[in-house]
Amino acid sequence: MKIVKINEDNCVYCHLCEVACITEHSKSKDIIKAFKFEEKPIARCTVEFNYPVSFSSMCRHCDDAPCVEACQTGAMHRDERGCVVVDPDKCVGCWMCIMSCPYGIIKRDERREVWGLSTKCDLCPDREIPACVEACPNNALTFEEV
Amino acid sequence: MKWMKNAKTYTPPDFAVIRDDERCIRCKACVEQCSFDATFYDEDLDKVWNWEAKCVGCDRCAAICPVEAITIKKRETPYRYNYSWYGHIDGLKKRAAFGGTPVVSMGNDKPYPVYWDHMLLNASQVTNPSIDPLREPMELKTFLGRKPDFVEFKKDGSLKTKLTPQIELNIPIMFSAMSYGALSYNVIESLGKAAQEVGTFYNSGEGGLNKDHYKFKGNVIVQVASGRFGVHKPYLDVGSAIEIKIGQGAKPGIGGHLPGEKVSQTISETRMMPEGSDAISPAPHHDVYSIEDLRQLIYALKEATEYTKPIIVKIAAVHNVAAIASGVVRAGADIISIDGFKGGTGASPQIVRDNIGIPIELALAVVDERLRQEGIRQQVSIIAGGGIRCSTDVVKAIALGADAVYIGTAALLAIGCTMCQQCHTGKCAWGISTQDPHLSKRVNPDIASEKLINLLNVWALEIKEVMGAMGINSIESLKGNRLNLRAVGLSEKDMEILGILPAGE
Repeated sequence: MKIVKINEDNCVYCHLCEVACITEHSKSKDIIKAFKFEEKPIARCTVEFNYPVSFSSMCRHCDDAPCVEACQTGAMHRDERGCVVVDPDKCVGCWMCIMSCPYGIIKRDERREVWGLSTKCDLCPDREIPACVEACPNNALTFEEV
Repeated sequence: MKWMKNAKTYTPPDFAVIRDDERCIRCKACVEQCSFDATFYDEDLDKVWNWEAKCVGCDRCAAICPVEAITIKKRETPYRYNYSWYGHIDGLKKRAAFGGTPVVSMGNDKPYPVYWDHMLLNASQVTNPSIDPLREPMELKTFLGRKPDFVEFKKDGSLKTKLTPQIELNIPIMFSAMSYGALSYNVIESLGKAAQEVGTFYNSGEGGLNKDHYKFKGNVIVQVASGRFGVHKPYLDVGSAIEIKIGQGAKPGIGGHLPGEKVSQTISETRMMPEGSDAISPAPHHDVYSIEDLRQLIYALKEATEYTKPIIVKIAAVHNVAAIASGVVRAGADIISIDGFKGGTGASPQIVRDNIGIPIELALAVVDERLRQEGIRQQVSIIAGGGIRCSTDVVKAIALGADAVYIGTAALLAIGCTMCQQCHTGKCAWGISTQDPHLSKRVNPDIASEKLINLLNVWALEIKEVMGAMGINSIESLKGNRLNLRAVGLSEKDMEILGILPAGE
């Protein structure tokens, strides 16, 4: 399957991947509305920085995904694209996925009132190329077959 | 206190950063991208601010802003307009406030006439046919190097005359000397890749050649300049030609200075000098004080490379350039490169950049003419550089007598440069003229080399189109073909020097 390849040598630390991710996962999918007029979703990717290294990290969709193993309700599962995704109806917010993720890229969306919901990269199911890859100005993110 | 203006050293900012707060989404991309600390975010106020006095107008923030919330505008000088003082007031105040001469970069930005824009090209009509380059073969291949005075053939038709070493270019455009030190590693990588792909050459500049870039052997010209940084046998061997830099168009008559802060571990290895120490290139070569001395250096390099490589001598276009060029040819140079006063630099005192040298168009015309008169034009190829902006400039340069051209600024523009003239600060926000490992990532060699390849290919096609219109199918037939040029709006003397006729004659 295709995943987002991270080329840290090209990352310019502009955070546009995060901006694109937030926009894509917002209700309106409009950048200004998403940031200013709606409840803003959490960015599924995070740009890490420790001078001079910077890179955007997001789910690697591991073949032997520990988060899928760890999930007790079956919320974390592999969909027909081969991509590891969360079923929000099943997630109970036990955060075992966060504990087990070797990359630390699963985030908690605190805004779900009772249970919470683990939030991670879903490779933009509505798009051919994920939003972060399209937004990256320096090809630090590429969508490639692995 | 994030910032506060100091009235003691105040000069009015050159640029205004206009932010559309309605659009700004506080993503802070601009804050991270500004390498001049002119943009910052205040958490308490949830606002992005600018310190305009620090803004250099590089447009990086506006380019990266995902919502087009930023506009950079040139600020009008607040002083009362005065024709003779305009443009000198700030410079004078800066000198008085800081006690030093301002250092600038890129090329001369003063409104001197551009002769390229006063020359028009010819086209075929009725009496001779024009050629369509998309249907018919067109030759842009160029060989640089000393040509024999005559050729002799053996009885079987093979060549008897021994040819001197030549370098072969697929298009008559090369990347001019820009050193590793002035430019980042990634830019050199991009230039090398593009030169390799297109079949032309890039020039190492005076900073030596990083070991990683030895892979560009066959597409690199190595430079020997007054500082002799990084010059050793393997370095000379990698070059397809060796260039002795006597002068540079942007700063004729002065040397170079790479500040110690830019001399990182890799630069120090490449340049063969201690890390963190200033790299100072003297104004003259301390072993070249005459044409005879230059001959010694040329032949020393020829000996060192066993007469397998042509030697280029690069001189700046100055007042008596024709006589100097004649001397350089007689000293044994195979190729002479002339750099006009609009050529770029990584750092030069402003007074030098803006006032010294002459336009390349005139220098090229007089050198070509003088060498022809003396009957030694065939002994040397001429490369023109310094202010070549477009493909028709290349065509006009070749029609004036150049064999090939060097492009420097044009190549940098292709990979992102916005000519903000801050190369000397080492903080290039586009990652071009910097050694900061984080900033230099902003040039992705894959993207940049593709842009350079595109530029060269498009220029090549444009040159073919224009040649086709003139009814010429080989660049050789265009060389020194001044009848294909006509002048508009030039004085009689200018036309006499350029050796071209006025339009209509």
